[in-house]
Amino acid sequence: MAEVKYSWPSRDKSYVLGTSPNRLDGMAKATGTAKYTYDVNLPNQLVVVALGCPHAHCRIKAINASDAESLPGVVKVLVLRPAETEIRTQGELIAAVAAESEAAAREGVSALKVDYEALDVFVDDQDLERAKELERTKRVGGKVELINEPGDDDDEEEFENHEIERLLKESKYVIEGHYGIDVITHCCLEPHGATVQWIGSQLDAYLSTQNVSATDDGFADALEITAADVDIHCEYVGGGFGSKFSPGYWSIAAAQIAKETGRPVKFMLSRDQELKIGGNRPSAFVKVRIGADENGVVQVWDSQHWGTTGYNGSTVTVNPVPYVFYPKNNRRIATGIITNNQPSVAWRAPNHPQACAITQPAYDDLAARMGISSLDVYLRNLRNIAARQTAEVYAEELKLAAKLIDWDGKWHPHGRGPKRGSVVEGLGIGIHTWGGVANSSTCRLKVYPDGGVETFCGTQDIGTGTRTVCAMVVAETFGLPVEAVKVNIGHSTLPESGASGGSTTVGSVAESHRRASQDALAEMKKLVAKKLDVSPDELEVVTGRIQVSGKPDQSLGWKEACGLIGINPIQITSSHKRGDKSPLSNEGVGGVQIAHVAVDTDTGVVKMKKLVAVQDMGLIINPKLAKSQIYGAVIMGIAYSLFEQRINDPASGAFLNAELGDYRLPRLGDIGEIVVELYEPDDQRERGVIGLGEPPVISPGAAISNAVCNATGVRVPVLPLTPKRVLESLQKARG
Amino acid sequence: MKKTPSEHYSRRAFLKGSSAAAATSLATNAADSVAQQSATDRVIRGETAIKLDVNGSLREVKVEPRTTLLDVLRYQLDLTGAKPVSLDGSSGASTVLIDGKPIMASTTLALSARGKKIETVESLVGDEVPRAFVEQDAEQCGFCTPGFVVAVRAFLNQNPNATEQQIRLGLNGNICRCGTYANVIQAAVSIAKGGGNG
Repeated sequence: MAEVKYSWPSRDKSYVLGTSPNRLDGMAKATGTAKYTYDVNLPNQLVVVALGCPHAHCRIKAINASDAESLPGVVKVLVLRPAETEIRTQGELIAAVAAESEAAAREGVSALKVDYEALDVFVDDQDLERAKELERTKRVGGKVELINEPGDDDDEEEFENHEIERLLKESKYVIEGHYGIDVITHCCLEPHGATVQWIGSQLDAYLSTQNVSATDDGFADALEITAADVDIHCEYVGGGFGSKFSPGYWSIAAAQIAKETGRPVKFMLSRDQELKIGGNRPSAFVKVRIGADENGVVQVWDSQHWGTTGYNGSTVTVNPVPYVFYPKNNRRIATGIITNNQPSVAWRAPNHPQACAITQPAYDDLAARMGISSLDVYLRNLRNIAARQTAEVYAEELKLAAKLIDWDGKWHPHGRGPKRGSVVEGLGIGIHTWGGVANSSTCRLKVYPDGGVETFCGTQDIGTGTRTVCAMVVAETFGLPVEAVKVNIGHSTLPESGASGGSTTVGSVAESHRRASQDALAEMKKLVAKKLDVSPDELEVVTGRIQVSGKPDQSLGWKEACGLIGINPIQITSSHKRGDKSPLSNEGVGGVQIAHVAVDTDTGVVKMKKLVAVQDMGLIINPKLAKSQIYGAVIMGIAYSLFEQRINDPASGAFLNAELGDYRLPRLGDIGEIVVELYEPDDQRERGVIGLGEPPVISPGAAISNAVCNATGVRVPVLPLTPKRVLESLQKARG
Repeated sequence: MKKTPSEHYSRRAFLKGSSAAAATSLATNAADSVAQQSATDRVIRGETAIKLDVNGSLREVKVEPRTTLLDVLRYQLDLTGAKPVSLDGSSGASTVLIDGKPIMASTTLALSARGKKIETVESLVGDEVPRAFVEQDAEQCGFCTPGFVVAVRAFLNQNPNATEQQIRLGLNGNICRCGTYANVIQAAVSIAKGGGNG
């Protein structure tokens, strides 16, 4: 067989790529028939509710479950943290109560008797000096890059200090800034958890996961079985955002209880537990000095940043700071603060939203100091960037975004816009970068003699529209309608496909499904060629047919062609390995966002007027799905820019707002107008498919912070920009 | 220093039955045997069979005074469209129609729903609202979507000529974490009479 050359059709030859069919599972989701892990009820199942630790730091002195165990409906109590265990975060699960109903399990939890010895608590991640005094810090990393190098006899650190001070002294403009962004949680609407059952020695786990193919070993390691003994099922997952890659100790506990009771077990975290231990994103605060020349081009960056990832005491890494903009002389030091909170896990574009939010306000403050447009400062500083997209593309995207927001018509110098009553408006910019490499993926594809087409792949749909993408790619290859392709995903028994993390899913399934379908088509062409007495190379696919190139009269309809297959379906398994160079996928994107806000200087309330998002992503498979991803990312960005934050009580360490009524997220009325522009000129399309999920969630923090500063003339240093913080900053500026 | 665990579900204490008086008044008619139990019991126990009018048919279910409508729908009737997202009902994910009004099934006791017309998202299969959600791609992970679909149905029933501005102001009871709000607005606008212009 001649080797198949994998490729995408050009824009004008595409039947399906670039069109916007509806999600294949759209109706199932919209009418409630899609079954999520939480919805899976197995016959005779027990339901678990767990006791979360009420203290942020304590030692368990004693635990007595006998009252709970004697309650009607309670079947089993599994102690997860026995006496003498030190607990370092509120919400850590201490004991799991399995009962005949959720209500009975809850009652069981309230009957558990635990004695705690309270230990000292520390949760303040904002005050670096105090954390140092209390020995609550850890050095996370530091990097220095200078154009000049020290002489042989120079002390390196001394040279660096002198050089940085010299560069700052020689700068025309020096900005000293303090910026930051609080801890937020993943807050998946479907909490973490699983419904599990044992079938003999085999564990069947319905798991809320973004990693269908590779969580089996997490169960296996903990339960002393092999990954071959574990089947994971997840047809639908109610949000992950980076927090659902492993089973979690609660799901392991579910398997243990199921083993001991011989019954299926459902164990989902409660809402407060989801917020406390289901996943959070580290905070980041920075003190920075930048020095710029007379044109506003930054020549030196000197920063120290800190934050917390919880009790493991890390913070945002030094690598992405400064963000996108990258002066050739730079020094950055990162310090982690050890606080009594659950350790952070990956959150959509790990490190990038924080790095963006603590970098780009400094560039905006530079524009304010110079009294010039921040658009000009951004454009001028594109000569010094470290990013996965070119300066030329950023420049085009900046200009496009500026046009879409009417920058020239609406921009005014910082704090000098018209005031209507107590309301002022402003514009602000953020730019970002991301990789988006295609993950490894394998697709098994069957073409049946009756014309049916079916794919099998152990990937998942975290909201991206994975099924639809799989079907579109195969439909494109075969010239079939999207609905003609039956897509099977969501089970670890299917061919392995990578986790949905790092914006890798669409690339991965586009790779494996295009490869499998092109390989299958080669087989089909051989059969058709024989029948038409031509060479397979002479054949092409047109809608619903395989024909001799340009000759519709010499063709077979799809069904007719499949009739040549014989008794057994064509069955092809094709793979892509992450990192292998491929004409189908690529990595590295940019992206620009500009926010337009209104600030009420009497109340401190910030309202989104409009946000423009210009995003490149290589070849776009489904523009409607792509736009949804960007709308969603922008709204998640509005959430962390204006609303959400974890609030710890400084004395007890308690997570005070761990319910949705208190953990503020934007509602439908809070988002203003969002304009999405998909940037896909030919030279970008030719790069192949690149992941999209993460990049557009990065810029809103900087864009919105800068817009508020442009409106008021005052920097509100720390996100989210709550009314209280806005008023405090305005008051401080007034003196 | 010793401490005992604080009350975890204080917001929902009434559902647990620790507020026995409230539960008893609901229970007396339907569940006499239940009401006979000792007043010192923390929780009034005992199941009783009742009939609920769900999606046009009378369904017999077994409930305790503390059983929520959401638990009945999800665990007994396999109607899992309404979702358990927040104990305090602030997410809107468990929205169902009770006598035509949008109500959170998570904060409604099953006993209190007797004699009322309960409509869940599953009854909207042929409705224009889910179709509009699909057309406008007003769903990502989809976990909040059923609650949103019911909320939009109820809102447009009340405000068939809603403007886009009214839609933006009137659908703030539901939370979506994936950020489908822009698409939900488009979906509601697309089926409002007057196309969102009133």
